[in-house]
Amino acid sequence: MEVQVLEAVEWIYVCKTEDVPQDGGACVKVNEEQIALYNFARRGEWYATQNLCPHKQQMVLSRGMIGSTGDTCEPKVACPFHKKTFSLLSGECLSGDDYQIKTYPVKVIGDKVYIGIEQS
Amino acid sequence: MSQQGSPRVVVIGNGMVGYKFCEKLIAKSTSFNITVFGEEPRAAYDRVHLSEYFNGKSAEDLTMASENWYRENGIDLYLGNAVLEIDRASKTIHSRKGLKLAYDYLVLATGSSAFVPDIPGVEKDGVFVYRTIEDLELIQGYATTAKTGAVLGGGLLGLEAAKALIDLGLEETHVVEFAPRLMPRQIDSAASNMLQAKLEGLGLKLHMQKATSRISGEDKIEALEFADETSLEVDMLVISAGIRPRDELAKLAGLETGTRGGIVVNSKMQTSDESIFAIGECALYDGMIYGLVAPGYEMAEVVATYLCAGERAFTGYDMSTKLKLIGVDVASFGDPFVTEPDSRSIVFEDTHKGVYKRINISNDGKYLLGGVLIGDADAYNMLLQTVNNKIVLPPNPEDLVLGARGGEAAVGAGVSSLPDDALICSCESVTKGDICGAVNTLDVTTVDGMKKCNKAGTGCGGCVPMVKDLINDTLKENGMYIKNNVCEHFDFSRQELFDLLKLNNIKTYDEALDVFGKGDGCEACKPTVASILASLWNDVIVKQQTIQDSNDRYLANIQKGGTYSVVPRIPGGEITPDKLIVIGQVAKKYNLYTKITGGQRIDLFGAHLSDLPDIWEELIDAGFESGHAYGKALRTVKSCVGSTWCRFGLHDSVSFAIEVEERYRGIRAPHKIKGGVSGCVRECAEAQSKDFGIIATEKGWNLYVAGNGGSKPQHAQLLATDIDKETVVKYLDRFLMFYIKTADSLTRTATWLNKMEGGMTYLKNVIINDSLGINEQLEAEMQTLINNYSCEWKEVVQNPELRKRFSHFVNAPKEKDPSVQFDTMREQVKAKEW
Ligand code: SRM
Ligand SMILES: Cc1cc2nc3c(=O)[nH]c(=O)nc-3n(C[C@H](O)[C@H](O)[C@H](O)COP(=O)(O)OP(=O)(O)OC[C@H]3O[C@@H](n4cnc5c(N)ncnc54)[C@H](O)[C@@H]3O)c2cc1C
Ligand code: SF4
Ligand code: FES
Repeated sequence: MEVQVLEAVEWIYVCKTEDVPQDGGACVKVNEEQIALYNFARRGEWYATQNLCPHKQQMVLSRGMIGSTGDTCEPKVACPFHKKTFSLLSGECLSGDDYQIKTYPVKVIGDKVYIGIEQS
Repeated sequence: MSQQGSPRVVVIGNGMVGYKFCEKLIAKSTSFNITVFGEEPRAAYDRVHLSEYFNGKSAEDLTMASENWYRENGIDLYLGNAVLEIDRASKTIHSRKGLKLAYDYLVLATGSSAFVPDIPGVEKDGVFVYRTIEDLELIQGYATTAKTGAVLGGGLLGLEAAKALIDLGLEETHVVEFAPRLMPRQIDSAASNMLQAKLEGLGLKLHMQKATSRISGEDKIEALEFADETSLEVDMLVISAGIRPRDELAKLAGLETGTRGGIVVNSKMQTSDESIFAIGECALYDGMIYGLVAPGYEMAEVVATYLCAGERAFTGYDMSTKLKLIGVDVASFGDPFVTEPDSRSIVFEDTHKGVYKRINISNDGKYLLGGVLIGDADAYNMLLQTVNNKIVLPPNPEDLVLGARGGEAAVGAGVSSLPDDALICSCESVTKGDICGAVNTLDVTTVDGMKKCNKAGTGCGGCVPMVKDLINDTLKENGMYIKNNVCEHFDFSRQELFDLLKLNNIKTYDEALDVFGKGDGCEACKPTVASILASLWNDVIVKQQTIQDSNDRYLANIQKGGTYSVVPRIPGGEITPDKLIVIGQVAKKYNLYTKITGGQRIDLFGAHLSDLPDIWEELIDAGFESGHAYGKALRTVKSCVGSTWCRFGLHDSVSFAIEVEERYRGIRAPHKIKGGVSGCVRECAEAQSKDFGIIATEKGWNLYVAGNGGSKPQHAQLLATDIDKETVVKYLDRFLMFYIKTADSLTRTATWLNKMEGGMTYLKNVIINDSLGINEQLEAEMQTLINNYSCEWKEVVQNPELRKRFSHFVNAPKEKDPSVQFDTMREQVKAKEW
C-alpha cells in the first residue's frame, strides 16, 4: 500500500490487519466515532468510511458486503439492511439516492492499520 | 443558473405537476429564469403513493426531488410561501411572505383540495381530510387514541383512506357513501357489488345510501347522524367526498373559471390571459377536471413545449385506472359503461373467488371498447393496449376474460403485436417505440436502465411488467440470448453457475470469480455463489464469512437498530418443559424479547452481536441447535398433534415432521424451504401452503409440493397419493435436490414450478417416472448433504478465531455498540423506531 501524503491528517493506529476479515469489513472506535474499515484483500487495498448508514441511521456499514461495479471497477459497500450501495472512493451513494458518506484515508505499515483523521 | 434578460417563468404550486413542469422545461431549454412558489412546507412529493407514509416510507422517501436539485438546476424555490395575488396589468405576483416578483409567463399548478361538505360539526376535533403529509401526521397522531373510525365517501380515495385506518390499527373501520354503491364513476354496478362483498369480507363496514346530516359530540366527534334518523358512533372521521380545484387565486385575478370550479384552459393550457397557464388538477379542460397525475404530466409537457416554441396540444386523456384497494384488484379501462345497442358485453363472474370481469366489444366483434376488472386485473395492461391501439380481436374474444382454455396465453400475440406508438408508460408518456429504441440504439437491457434512460415505469409503476417484456422481446428479436445472469460479474444464470462450479470442483468464491467471473464481485453474486457452494458441499458457511448475506454472516437475523434475533430449532414444534425453561432463562439473562413465531418455534430478539456466541453456547448446552432462520435453507416442518393424541389422527404426524425436519436441516437452497405434516385431511398443520406438505390418509400419505404463503399465496399441488413413508422421503429427496440444482436465485419452489415448462406433469415425470434418468444421482447428492451436516453455531462457539469476529468494535471487543437503544412494551424490550 502506498503511503499517501496528506496535510493536517493525524494517523491513528486502529488495529492489526488480521482483525479485519479478508474482503470484508469491521468496525473500529476512533475517539468517540464509529468507523467502518474494509480489507479489500482481493485488490490489496484498504478503505474506511463512516459506520452509519444514512438511509435509516444504522451503525452497520462495516457488516456489509464489499465489491465493485462498472467498467472502472469502482469499489463499493452494500448496507446489510436495504442494500443501498456506496462508493468506497467518494462516499457517493450508487443506488440512486442523494446520500453521501464520509470516507477516510487508510495506511498499512507492517501488520498495523492506521486511519487518517483530519485535524480541524 | 439564473440569467439576465432571459424570460422569467413563475410557477405557483409545487405539487406533482408543478414539479414535473420544471423538470420538463429545464430538459428542453436552459434559457428561462424559473421561480417556484409552494404553499406546503416541503418540496413536491409523490402524493399518489401518499398512503405508503403509513407503511414506513418517510417524507424524504416520497420526495420527487430534493431541494438541492432545484438549486443545482438554477430554480429559485420558495416553500411555505403561498402566492396571494396576481396583478395581471403589471405582470407581477405577491406572496404571503411579502415577495413581489415580475413574470413573463405564469404557470398555475395549484392542484386541488379535499372537498368538505357543509355538514354541521365538521369543525370538531377528530375530523380530517386526506391530502397532504401534514394531514396524515394528524391522522396518525389521533388514531393512537381512537378505536373506531369512519370515512365519508366510498370513491377511490375514500377506500384508500379506509385502508389507511385499518393499517393504523383501528378496531373497526366504516365507509359511509351517499350513492347506492361504491366507485360509481369508475365501475358498473355488478362490479361495485362484487367489490363491496370482497371488502366486507375483509372486515370493512360499508354503509350505502346514507346522507350524513350532522357530526355530533362535545368538542370532538362522537357520532355521525344520518338523514334517515340512524346514527353511527365513531372516534374519528376522514372526509373524502371529492376534490375541489384550487382556483381562488385565478378567480381573484379575474381569470375565467368554471361554474363548478376549475381554471378554464384551451388546448395549449392557456387561461383567458395568454401569458398565464394552468396545469394539473386545477385546470378545467373541455368541462373536465382530470384528477390523476398522468394527464397532469401531459399538460406540463404541453406548456413546456409551447414555451420552447414547439407544437403540442392537449386533447383530453384516457382515464383508465388500475389499483389495488385494500388488497383487491380494481381496474377500469376505455369505456367501462357502454352497453347494447352500441356494443356487446362479455361478463365473467365468480362469486366464490370474488372475480368479476366485463369487456365491451364493438358490434362487429372486431374491437375492444373498454371494460372493468375486479379481483384479478392481471390482464389490464394488455386489454388497455388493445383498446387504445384498436388491435383487431382474436376470433374468441371471451378468451380475454376467461383465459385461453387450452394452455397458450390469449391476448393477441402479446407485446409484440403492439404498434410502435402504443403508449406503454402513460405517466411519463413513453411509447413502445421509445422503449425498443432504447434497447436497440442505447443498449439498455434492464428495467432499471430504462427508468434512468426515459423514466418509463417511474410514475405509478403499473407498466413495469410490460416494460420488462418489451426489453426481453426486443433483445430476443435481435438474436440475443436472454439469460438471467446473476449480475455484472458473472455472465451465467444460477443454474449454469451451479453446474460449472460442480464440474470444476470449485470450493471458494474467489476461485469461482477468478475462473468464471470478472471484477471484484458484489452483494448479488457473493450470496448466490455462497448458496451454491453450500448446496454443493454443505461445508461450514462461516469459513467464507464475508461472501454471506449479513444474516448468514452472523448466523442470526439482523433487526432494526443493528441487534440480532436467535431462533433455535424446535423440530416439528415439539418441545420439553425443561427446554422451554432454558429458553426463558437465556432470554432473561440477555434481556431478549421473546415471541412464538408463525413457524411453531420461539424467537429471541434484541441480542447484541457480541452476546451471540454466549447465547448459542448456553442453548447448545441444553441440547438446542441453530434453526437457520437466517439462511436460505430449510426453516420449519410444521406439524399437527396427530394420532398420538388427536381423536381424528390417522398417523403420527409429529414424529414424521421431526424426522423430515432433522433430515433436511441446514441444507442451503435458492430460497428458504418450509414443510408441514398433518395427521388427517382436516389439515391443521396447513401443509398445503408449504414448499412440501405431507397429509396422512387411510392408506398412507399424500405428498404435495410447491406451495407458498407469503405475498403471493399458492396451494401446493398433489405429487403422489397413498404412498408409504419411505417413498415420501425418496420423492422429497429428489424434489428438493432437483429444485436446488435448477432454480434461479431467490426463487421459491412455487415460482420455480410456475415457470417450469410442462409444469406439474413434467415434474411428476421427472420425480416419479425418472424421465431424465437423474434420480439416482439426485438421491446420492442429497445423501452427501445430509451426511455433511453440522450445527454452524457450534462451529463458532468452539472456535476462538471465529468467535472473535462477533464483536462490534475490533479495537474494543468488550464494548457493545453504544448506539443501540431499546424501548419497552408490555414488560419486554422493543427496538427503537428508526
Ligand atoms: C419470525 C417470523 C414472524 C413471527 O414472528 O412469527 C418471520 C420473520 C421474518 N420473515 Fe417470515 N417470518 C415467520 C414466518 C413466516 C411464515 C409462516 C410460516 O413459516 O409458516 C411465512 C409464510 C409462509 C411461506 O414462507 O411461504 C413467511 C413469509 C415470509 C416471506 C415471504 C416469502 C414468499 O415466498 O413470498 C418473507 C420475505 C422473503 O423471504 O423474501 C419473509 C421474511 C421474513 C424476515 C426474514 C424479514 C426480514 O428480512 O427481516 C423476518 C425475519 C425476522 C427475524 O429477524 O427473525 N417471511 N414468514 C416467523 C418465523 C418462523 C420461524 O420460526 O422460522
Ligand atoms: C391519497 C391520494 C391518492 C391518490 N392516488 C392516485 C393514483 O393512484 N393515481 C393517480 O393518477 N392520481 C392519484 N391521486 C391524485 C394525484 O395525487 C393528483 O392528481 C396530483 O397530485 C395532482 O398534481 P397537482 O400538482 O396538480 O396538484 P397537487 O399535487 O395538489 O399540488 C398543488 C400544490 O400547489 C400548492 N398551492 C395551491 N395554491 C397555492 C398558492 N396560491 N401558492 C403556492 N402554492 C399553492 C398546494 O399546496 C400543493 O402543494 C391521489 C391523490 C391522493 C390525495
Ligand atoms: S415478520 Fe414477516 S410479515 Fe411480519 S413484518 Fe416481518 S416480514 Fe413482514
Ligand atoms: S439502513 Fe442502510 S440501506 Fe437502509
